[in-house]
Amino acid sequence: MSTFVSELDRLNLAGLAQQAENATAADVERALAARRRSLIDFLALISPVAGQPRYLEAMARQAHELTIRYFGRVVRLFAPLYLSNECINICRYCGFSRDNPILRVTLTLDQAAKEADYLWNEGFRHILLVAGEHPHFVSGNYLRDCIARLHPRWPSISLEVGPMETAEYVPLVQAGAEGLVVYQETYDRSVYDEMHVSGPKKDFNWRLETPERAYAAGFKRLGIGALLGLSPWRQEAIAVAAHAGYLLRTCWKSQLTVSIPRLRPAVGEFEPLVRVPDAAMVQFVCALRIVFPQVGIVLSTRESSQLRDGLIPLGITLMSAGSHTEPGGYTGQGKEKLHRTKGGRLLPVIESEGEHATVQFEIADQRSPAAVAARLEAMGYEPVWKDWEAALNEG
Amino acid sequence: MIGNSSLRIAGREFTSRLILGTGKFASGELMAATLAASGAELVTVALRRADLTGQHDPFANILTFVDPKRYLLLPNTSGARTAEEACRLARLGREATGSSWLKLEIHPDPRYLLPDPVETLKAAEMLVKEGFTVLPYINADPVLAKRLEDAGCATVMPLGSPIGSARGIETRASIEIIIEQATVPVVVDAGLGAPSHAAEAMEMGADAVLVNTAIAVAADPVRMAQAFQAAVAAGRAAYEVGLAPRHHEAVATSPLTGFLDQLP
Repeated sequence: MSTFVSELDRLNLAGLAQQAENATAADVERALAARRRSLIDFLALISPVAGQPRYLEAMARQAHELTIRYFGRVVRLFAPLYLSNECINICRYCGFSRDNPILRVTLTLDQAAKEADYLWNEGFRHILLVAGEHPHFVSGNYLRDCIARLHPRWPSISLEVGPMETAEYVPLVQAGAEGLVVYQETYDRSVYDEMHVSGPKKDFNWRLETPERAYAAGFKRLGIGALLGLSPWRQEAIAVAAHAGYLLRTCWKSQLTVSIPRLRPAVGEFEPLVRVPDAAMVQFVCALRIVFPQVGIVLSTRESSQLRDGLIPLGITLMSAGSHTEPGGYTGQGKEKLHRTKGGRLLPVIESEGEHATVQFEIADQRSPAAVAARLEAMGYEPVWKDWEAALNEG
Repeated sequence: MIGNSSLRIAGREFTSRLILGTGKFASGELMAATLAASGAELVTVALRRADLTGQHDPFANILTFVDPKRYLLLPNTSGARTAEEACRLARLGREATGSSWLKLEIHPDPRYLLPDPVETLKAAEMLVKEGFTVLPYINADPVLAKRLEDAGCATVMPLGSPIGSARGIETRASIEIIIEQATVPVVVDAGLGAPSHAAEAMEMGADAVLVNTAIAVAADPVRMAQAFQAAVAAGRAAYEVGLAPRHHEAVATSPLTGFLDQLP
């Protein structure tokens, strides 16, 4: 069966990135005026010429108008709930990397439920369960039990966990999971290979085909994205756009969301390999919105409050708020079981090291969910906490 | 309402022929003010946005902005991709809202939100049997409209163009056939981006229109709702009076056969 792997292999990413670099003002104007846009138009919209103030402003206006028309004056809020920071992968940029000597824990079902209760009281009705990749601690059965525990109280449960087989996803969908998020991190095979030192994540194709396996298992929402800071952003943008276009055609019954997280400081002190300026984030979001007017665009607390507020009118439809990126981060669950490992071996824990598991990365927007909601209202948007119904996920 | 006849759906009478949707508004308060200004009596709300547990969830309080004394609530099944999902949601919705009226919408494609005819007919057949007053959202397919009528639906609601597209009535020829053949009210739903589109639907003989995006995302939703209300009333009045037939060429006001009267 043909998958996005063969389509990506046919794309000459470097050549297309060069085409974007060389786009002219006429190309940008044609793309802005087109009634239906293609990948060629996307290249023009992410070009250096389109990044010039006069075009960027025109793009922003169009992106804003399209967002309002397709999504209305509403932004949906969600929160991540980290279940575990155990991980068998060694990834150079990630705080949870197996060779980082960090404090780790996997929440029990009761502990996960307590964290979820906290988020419920904050107002969240959409939750994203996140975990490192670890077949022992974060097994399919464990995830199924966590979902079953939260469903049906939670109208919408999504997952961001290590990729699985279609048959392994089916029980998770049956238990009530609605969405699956998997970022390719980088679509550049050689950079990917360099970044992912060991573990199952090293298999580029396996990860790339994950959304298609998730769709086959019945997930209704698929999230994709690239981790910006590993490869030149224009090249990543082209790959993300091609992937989105492919999934819209092949996984036509799923709601697609795209996220473009930028690397944040984390344990391991990894420095981004390339710089992705704020203006590039703005241009990327606008280009995505203009070419894919109906696709959801997600913005996490990785970005500063100022940038987040600025990006909302340009196409953001889903936001997290008040996030913690460590298991037990909201209520301190699991602290009695904290342990330190490096390379899978236990290391001694020193009393004074603190009471929390180690975070995956530091967040930048520290505002509370209520503060983010109030800001949205002040900007003329309704913060929407519930926009799904658990009954739609049964069977 | 310039003397227009009233609208009857499932034995219930409505003065207004404008039905409003409640999505995409900047706030619940603005939505409530818009509903009031529109004169609408029938209002649709997405069940997925509402709290269906009966616990009055303050974070899912959209229904609190729709006064049940003032409006007949028309819950909708948006989000459902299959007949089974729509029926499940409908039953939960009836329990939670007390309304057995239902806007049945099943769109498996979240991009264009185009309705699935197969699943819609299947769900309509089941829900009518369960006592729901079913108003199905459909593509402008005359045969499907008749099939849904036969299944016992209270109206048919063909789309003018895709939801939110503001492209107006692109399905005109098919909607004309639906109206010609209908024995239940025909509500043109979706794609009406301007009051003139709504007036056009009413002039064609549609019994009502359903509008959401064009009003909700307007710079001033309250005034835009009033503009739609006026257009719907004007279009209906013109339909009831009877529009002059259209001609491609000019028609002489002095008839060419008038001489016949002069002949001895």
